[in-house]
Amino acid sequence: MSQQKISTIELVNKGLAKRYRAEKRFRLIGLGAIVLSLTFLAILFATITFNGYTAFQQTWLELTIFFDPQMLDAKNLRQADYDGLVKKSLRDNFPEVSGRSQKKDLYTLVSSGAAYKLQDMVVADTGIIGTTRQVWVPASDDVDMLIKGNIDRSQPESDRQLKDIQLAWIDQLVKEGRLAKRFNLAFFTAGDSREPELAGIFGATIGSAYMLLITLLLSFPVGVATAVYLEEFAKRNRWTDLVEVNINNLAAVPSIVFGLLGLAVFLNFFGLPRSSPLVGGLVMTLMTLPTIIIASRIALQSVPPSIREAALGIGASKMQTVIHHVLPLALPGMLTGTIIGMGRALGESAPLLMIGMVAFIVDIPGSLTDSATALPVQIYLWADCPEQAFMERTSAAIMVLLAFLVLMNGTAVLLRNRFERRW
Amino acid sequence: MVEKKSQLISVDDRKTVGQQFVENPRMTCRDVNVYYGDKHAVHDVSIDIARNEVLAMIGPSGCGKSTFLRCLNRMNDTIDICRVTGEITLDDNDIYAKNIDIVSLRALVGMVFQKPNPFPKSIYDNVAYGPTIHGLTESKSDLDGIVENSLVKAGLWDEVKDRLDQPGTGLSGGQQQRLCIARAIAVEPELILMDEPCSALDPIATAKIEELIAELREQYTIVIVTHNMQQAARVSQRTAYFHLGDLIEVGYTDRLFTTPRHQLTEDYITGRFG
Repeated sequence: MSQQKISTIELVNKGLAKRYRAEKRFRLIGLGAIVLSLTFLAILFATITFNGYTAFQQTWLELTIFFDPQMLDAKNLRQADYDGLVKKSLRDNFPEVSGRSQKKDLYTLVSSGAAYKLQDMVVADTGIIGTTRQVWVPASDDVDMLIKGNIDRSQPESDRQLKDIQLAWIDQLVKEGRLAKRFNLAFFTAGDSREPELAGIFGATIGSAYMLLITLLLSFPVGVATAVYLEEFAKRNRWTDLVEVNINNLAAVPSIVFGLLGLAVFLNFFGLPRSSPLVGGLVMTLMTLPTIIIASRIALQSVPPSIREAALGIGASKMQTVIHHVLPLALPGMLTGTIIGMGRALGESAPLLMIGMVAFIVDIPGSLTDSATALPVQIYLWADCPEQAFMERTSAAIMVLLAFLVLMNGTAVLLRNRFERRW
Repeated sequence: MVEKKSQLISVDDRKTVGQQFVENPRMTCRDVNVYYGDKHAVHDVSIDIARNEVLAMIGPSGCGKSTFLRCLNRMNDTIDICRVTGEITLDDNDIYAKNIDIVSLRALVGMVFQKPNPFPKSIYDNVAYGPTIHGLTESKSDLDGIVENSLVKAGLWDEVKDRLDQPGTGLSGGQQQRLCIARAIAVEPELILMDEPCSALDPIATAKIEELIAELREQYTIVIVTHNMQQAARVSQRTAYFHLGDLIEVGYTDRLFTTPRHQLTEDYITGRFG
């Protein structure tokens, strides 16, 4: 009987402390999850930046070059022995060097890109033939690594990339002010190369851009049209259910399967050029379509039915209702879905392996059917290279890829806000 | 009291009683049935809608009055599983006939919905949308005229004339509903269907809409669904009482509310259920 005397409010108060504790625990768990993921994100960014930021600088070497008229035949400037000019200049700088193997060691201080640079200079202005100029040329990747502190001088000579004598030459060059770090423009303007100091991501960037262009041009209209038809026009029946289930399934298909499909259909059946951004874009279109369709359908579903009724009620046709009222309201959601899909396409490498976009390609692709790689594939290729200088370039390329992704997501947010501002 | 009770038609008899037919009707409905999938929502409803009258449809929730209203401009067509049988004519033309274009039907039979649903566009564009898509105007000044005229008729002009370019969604609930009425009359319909137009509004806004309905009656025929019996009594000439999909009783409003002939009608208007 006495228990009945406990009033309701007392019972409530008794349980309160427990309830608040549970709530606090719940909040702490959530907070912990966020902190954990932010920490990992920070670690990721920190390591990538730490490993990669040095790649944005490159060591250059100053050579005194005599453009010897005897070596430069005015009629055949492209075939001339520019390498010889570089070697001669090095020999002149270090007259004490003798013997075949020592000379060879000396020559490796300079990148093979130096000869190309001289060639470009001569071809651009034949007037410099016969003169002596101070020319800055890229140093080899080993020199670059040493200057950046990535080669340990205390290691035994046999374990080191550079021999003792090479270290001495480099020290001498530094003393003479002939070695300097400069902004690594080549990284942003060049295609791939076997020489790390000459390798750049421009080719891969252009390949990715072409590929995304194709993907966007195909998947956005097709995806939106599909979503609009399924959501606004199609009658609900077994067939639309089947289509819906299949679209949802496609969204979950591993991307490499799309690559196999592309290989079988676009390359083998239609005979489209292998390794081309065109095929890459087509495969990415297949891969992103389900994402865009699903996002667009959700965006359409979230448009209040009252808007459709309003338009239909004053005699707008179905199409006018959709185009004038439903689509503008659904567009922000559709754009968000599209850009998320594009982001996924930009970061995807597995399907590209299947269609041959994983090749070593030096040239910058000039058209949709040229051979190309994409940024993530370039990262994969460089990560596989043994040279130490490719390691920092891998990280730098990752930074560039992430920058593009951030840019795209930023655009998505911007577009969404802009369209949503129309009340 | 006992005598009066015996005169009422018993609850088991679901045949429509009262003045369901009129002379020279604008719309006629004969044996209209509506099915949602397997659910039989409206049973054999036959009723005429006279010219320039306000016909109120009342009844408890789920009685099919809104569903029936939406048959009159074929709004139910937008619902896949909905099926309508029977005959509905507008000026002697069967509106469910194959050769009737649903777009032109809806231009003739406008609709105002329960929740104010202005487009997320400017006030001007809201009203101008109908005339624009139907190609009713030749020039911008024509359109301006229609917009002004419609807003004046809807009693909203004085309140919004200085801010026609502002979003219609920024108006108050009552103003939004009058904007929706202006939007409906901008295409010059012959009938206006109103589906509980005041249920989301406060009493002052409701009074304004009711005044507006009384004025609009001179030009238009109005069918209004309402939960509010006082409102039906105030604005309508005839009232139809629906019960669980059956049209129970139709009568001149003043008579139906004072001397209903059917037991169900009396139960409803005296507040015994609903």
